[in-house]
Amino acid sequence: MKIHEYQAKEFFSRYRIPVTREKVCYSVEEVLKTVEDFDFPIVVKAQVLVGGRGKAGGVKLARNVDEAREAAQKILGMNIKGYTVEKVLVAEGIKYISEFYVGLTIDRNSKSVIFMASSEGGVEIEEVAKENPDAIHKFVIDSDLGMSDFVARKIAYKLFSDPDQVKQATHIFQQLYQLFIDTDASLVEINPLVITDKGNLLALDGKMNFDDNALYRQSSVAVLNEPDEDEKKEIEAKKKGLSYIRLDGTIGCMVNGAGLAMATMDLIKYFGGQPANFLDIGGSSNPQKVVDAMKLLMSDKNVHVVMINIFGGITRCDDVARGLVTALNQLDVHIPVVVRLSGTNAKEGLEIIKQANLPVVNTMSEAAQEAMRLCVGCNQENKIKVKV
Amino acid sequence: MSILINKNTKLLVQGITGRDGSFHTSKMKAYGTNIVAGVSPGKGGQYVEEIPVFNTVEEAVKATGADTSVIFVPAPFAADAIMEAAEGGIRLVVCISEGVPTLDMIKATTYLKKKGVKLIGANCPGLITPDESLIGILPGNIFLKGNVGLISRSGTLTYEMVNQLTTNGIGQSTCVGIGGDPVAGLYFQELLQMYEDDPETKAIVLIGEIGGDAEERAAQYIKDHITKPVVAFIAGQTAPPGKRMGHAGAIISSGSGTAAEKIAAFEAVGVPVARRPIEIPVLIKEVMGR
Repeated sequence: MKIHEYQAKEFFSRYRIPVTREKVCYSVEEVLKTVEDFDFPIVVKAQVLVGGRGKAGGVKLARNVDEAREAAQKILGMNIKGYTVEKVLVAEGIKYISEFYVGLTIDRNSKSVIFMASSEGGVEIEEVAKENPDAIHKFVIDSDLGMSDFVARKIAYKLFSDPDQVKQATHIFQQLYQLFIDTDASLVEINPLVITDKGNLLALDGKMNFDDNALYRQSSVAVLNEPDEDEKKEIEAKKKGLSYIRLDGTIGCMVNGAGLAMATMDLIKYFGGQPANFLDIGGSSNPQKVVDAMKLLMSDKNVHVVMINIFGGITRCDDVARGLVTALNQLDVHIPVVVRLSGTNAKEGLEIIKQANLPVVNTMSEAAQEAMRLCVGCNQENKIKVKV
Repeated sequence: MSILINKNTKLLVQGITGRDGSFHTSKMKAYGTNIVAGVSPGKGGQYVEEIPVFNTVEEAVKATGADTSVIFVPAPFAADAIMEAAEGGIRLVVCISEGVPTLDMIKATTYLKKKGVKLIGANCPGLITPDESLIGILPGNIFLKGNVGLISRSGTLTYEMVNQLTTNGIGQSTCVGIGGDPVAGLYFQELLQMYEDDPETKAIVLIGEIGGDAEERAAQYIKDHITKPVVAFIAGQTAPPGKRMGHAGAIISSGSGTAAEKIAAFEAVGVPVARRPIEIPVLIKEVMGR
């Protein structure tokens, strides 16, 4: 789960990490009222849950009220990568002499929290990582030790030499680590962390992502969730035990298991088709899940054909078949459905499917090809390219 | 021979009285797994499928000599159960539970490393040495005893692959589902080495997916340490960036962790990569025939 910059910086403030004087605003009027108390120049920043807002023109400097109004008018309502800007952060401009990057994330290989620091702040850290990987210092944090004084100091000395700045940095790093742990974060970044013209360290921008698996115990984080339209659908699906991600294709997929679901999408693509979604119905044997999954697929008008690929383990194929028959009776399904059932109780399941007069195939490969054949509106040119 | 488990494995089931725990206990027992004990705090003294239930792992291990544990407890309590197993004298812990917070897994893996205890999972289907021992939720009937070792980040995709192998007459030495979470126990390198050292294993199938760089690391490890033939499959070739594909670990972030990069990494070290599941038995026959 992601949160906005202003929310991340509210967490920073709570953890006594210095940030700019700032306020989130929802309208031009609110921006104008806010700047009455602020010293110019100010910065108006789009608050959207997607990166690259600077390049998209979502960050503007204003030296007076007129410029502030103009910036707010331009940014509010702006579309950045499909997200409409509904709020902006108004922050007092800061004069700074240098920029740094610091961030904490999970390192899969060392199975630890890892602290990253670089004197090349202010730019996208992924670019630094690609072009000049040596410029990023990495410190694997021992979970027993945590961010003890010497660890934080060691990192601070990599970036700073002035004793007072080292002291400030040590404090910030320790607080940032504590924030990461306390909130079950998966990413915390300050980019840039700046040295102001007065020699103080300050977080100019901030970013936080969180571990979805831990939201059950992080209520103060969970309330900040702002799902977009697609994510709302995903959350609705999740409540029903389904893992769903909408894509742009025409072949609706219903699969048990995430890996098999991805492999099914890949196979459709291999045969020249486009998957309409990722849909994992999970590992339990509840026919209602299949009904819900079918409803979900039918709600996507781009779906021209449905391919069901089940390899029963815990999931029983006869339960899936029963759910499918119920769904077909309940819903107005007027597009072809291809069913492949293997594994636990496949024989019983296939019998049910046959009685319902649905086409049955034996392998996932056949299912994908049959789905392509039945798919009206799928690209014919692509089909010719297929080698079988 | 095989890796990690065999007919002598003495299994303990943590969460044996729960819905999933009791269901899979009966399945594992029916397969022939030697289940010696169950643990469920507050249910000590009861029996499930004629298996004695204890309140703590320590008691269970003392009374029955269990050496391996499988965990079916709800995610919020899973990391604690893993550590209890390690502290109680278990040598191999298999955690099936899905949705365990990452920081909990960091704590648990750190503790197990200190104790020298092996972990598989969490969020995994378990492992099997065909005809000897099945631990977890795998459907036993699709496996066939043989010489191919399999490692996979996925569950049902593993069944699909195993089914392809079995129906083509290719048996398996051991199959391990390592799970789809970002922080997990045993990973590709450790298991590749175990298969390398296992005389029964003649070839290895590695099933990866998008997210992280474990496959790239595995490719490097194969180049440096593995002499047995390896074939691979990567799920998620068509997955879009920034979307989490079911597994917490299966996400392409900032352009890295893509299937294309992983496939290239394997092919660069001479590991053939199947583009479709159906190609796996073909590739295995090719590499084993050499």
